[in-house]
Amino acid sequence: MDNRGITFGYGFLSQESSFDVQFSLIEYDGSHSYFRAYLVGLLNTILVSVIGIIFATVIGVVVGIARLSNNYLIERTAAVYVEFFRNIPLLLQIFFWYFAALRALPLPQDADPMFGVFFLTIKGLFVPAFIWNNLDIFVYSIIAAIISIIFVRYYAKKKQENEGKQTPVLLISVGLLTILPLLSFLFGGSSFIVEIPVLNQLSQNSYNYTGGLGLPPELIALALALSLYTATFIAECVRAGVQGVGKGQKEAAASIGLTPNQVLKLVIMPQALRIIIPPTTNQYLNLTKNSSLAAAIAYPDLVLVFAGTALMQTGRAIEIVSITMLTYLSLSITISIFMNWYNKKIAIKEK
Amino acid sequence: MFKIIKQLTSLVAVFAVLFAFTTESMAAKKSKTLKNTQKKGFVRCGVSQGLPGFSNADAAGNWTGVDVDVCRAVAAAVLGDASKVKFTPLSAKERFTALTSNEIDILSRNTTWTLSRDADIGLTFVGVNFYDGQGFMVRKNSGISSVNDFKAGVSACTNLGTTTELNMRDFFNSKGIKYEPVTFEKADEVVAAYDAGRCDTYTTDKSGLAAQRIKLSNPDDHVVLPETISKEPLGPVVRQGDSVWEDIVRWSLNVMIEAEEYGVNSGNADSMKTSDNPAVKRLVGAEGELGAALGLDNDWSLRIIKQVGNYGESYKRNIADTGILPDRGPNELWTKGGILYVPPAR
Repeated sequence: MDNRGITFGYGFLSQESSFDVQFSLIEYDGSHSYFRAYLVGLLNTILVSVIGIIFATVIGVVVGIARLSNNYLIERTAAVYVEFFRNIPLLLQIFFWYFAALRALPLPQDADPMFGVFFLTIKGLFVPAFIWNNLDIFVYSIIAAIISIIFVRYYAKKKQENEGKQTPVLLISVGLLTILPLLSFLFGGSSFIVEIPVLNQLSQNSYNYTGGLGLPPELIALALALSLYTATFIAECVRAGVQGVGKGQKEAAASIGLTPNQVLKLVIMPQALRIIIPPTTNQYLNLTKNSSLAAAIAYPDLVLVFAGTALMQTGRAIEIVSITMLTYLSLSITISIFMNWYNKKIAIKEK
Repeated sequence: MFKIIKQLTSLVAVFAVLFAFTTESMAAKKSKTLKNTQKKGFVRCGVSQGLPGFSNADAAGNWTGVDVDVCRAVAAAVLGDASKVKFTPLSAKERFTALTSNEIDILSRNTTWTLSRDADIGLTFVGVNFYDGQGFMVRKNSGISSVNDFKAGVSACTNLGTTTELNMRDFFNSKGIKYEPVTFEKADEVVAAYDAGRCDTYTTDKSGLAAQRIKLSNPDDHVVLPETISKEPLGPVVRQGDSVWEDIVRWSLNVMIEAEEYGVNSGNADSMKTSDNPAVKRLVGAEGELGAALGLDNDWSLRIIKQVGNYGESYKRNIADTGILPDRGPNELWTKGGILYVPPAR
């Protein structure tokens, strides 16, 4: 490297980055450091991955079960969806959703509000923002609710093991999640006002919304493409899992008098999950790594912000690419560890 | 049959190696890049992924443009044939790494000469073949006629990883305007997104704006604002550490510009050998030993002018006649009111 006149070092991370980023979860502008820019990219990658994983899982489970439906129409529709979306390269799908969305969406001034407050325009989805007062107390109340739900579940399980009695855990959980935050409003001094996006004229023929929360179309298109693509694979995992449970299990469960709901919840799903989780973990990892295609449509993820702009401005290719690779590795390993833990938890426990 | 071809090719290779050895001079011995280029038989040139006027490939894969002509000039000087160039299209992000990691030998890709690039990352800029500046394109019906009409919330589409991104920030910051940067890796996506209405303005070098405007669905609906917000001297780049190769590229470009200054073009170059002006005679290799200093023969500059043409011919062919920027502006010779001024070839 000395021969080629390339210097090596990570000192540049503390230098001023002097470029701006379109969308960031933390406060950032060009006067912050390259390290801050790295965090911006990382958080945006995590954001789109988390949104993608949630939607892919929901769509995947629904489609996977639909593929097992006895209804011909539902089963066929699901099959067509799976075959269509999993057989087209993801990058093309991202381009399709992005540019199709850009072509189809209205300009800000022509947008019809949905429910009076949501505006879906070519410049993004603008939703009302909550301006909080004493947000911390509200957050504490949610945390308190979650902790008490864990206790209730633990207690309910013990009670069932000892006395065979069932407790309506779901009902209690929903109740706790409603009542505790409500108390924070009534007595804790928490409150919020809703800020609705307002149309703002930039020039004679161009407008944009200000106020509220703006989600860039790049994020929406990317999350949509990633979830629709990955959902097809998850759907197949779900189908494989449910079909992998022997038919006799279902019949045996029914014969001892369990209701169809209980059969699914207590007999089929616990066994199916063991088959579903390992391949689904792979899909989550794929989705996270695929999110790096964001650079193609200007979503400021880790690759675009850090391995793109920052790399170009500093010329520190080796340092930046090594950091980026390590980051993706850590992200993947974190997801793996979590999913392996979950897998172990639901695995057969020999007693 | 195959055996014969095989034997023939190895024979040719042997001759090529012998030829390379016999023509090697002191300078060539010092320059690894020159030696490798002569051995390979082609110049490895990094260009853009398609910027009309600068480096653009047609349907048959033929590259044209003023940036392309710099590489062709070097090929004419070093190998005797302007067509012996292997072009590698590079994104803005890949370009410097491709050069420092020895994938290409010349980077001629509308690249802005800045201190940090020149000094920091193992590169050397050898000259300027186009004086550019960053500008803005907007829709005509927006009513914006000057950069002073931009208001907070404006969204600007541009290319990722360029000086454009930094200038844009400097500009909007100095005006105190909050803006939304939308940066794409490839120019085609920037154009598509701006065309669809994602952004209020498209900002890049003015020559780039002029070239990309043609790609829009209705070029006449868009206008480039008059202001220029930055200096963008674009020029070829070589790896640091091979000063002979650096000199060859620098003077191949300078010869093209000086040829225009002295009125030498691809048509009259041969007849200029008998010119009364010693400067002209030196330029076409009829006087002096300029080639030897670079490790080349004395006809190197004549070949550049005959095969590629002078700078004016290159500009006219690639930029003026294609309707991109008919007016040469600062890229006119210093003798005609521009700022093109190169050291004398003597």
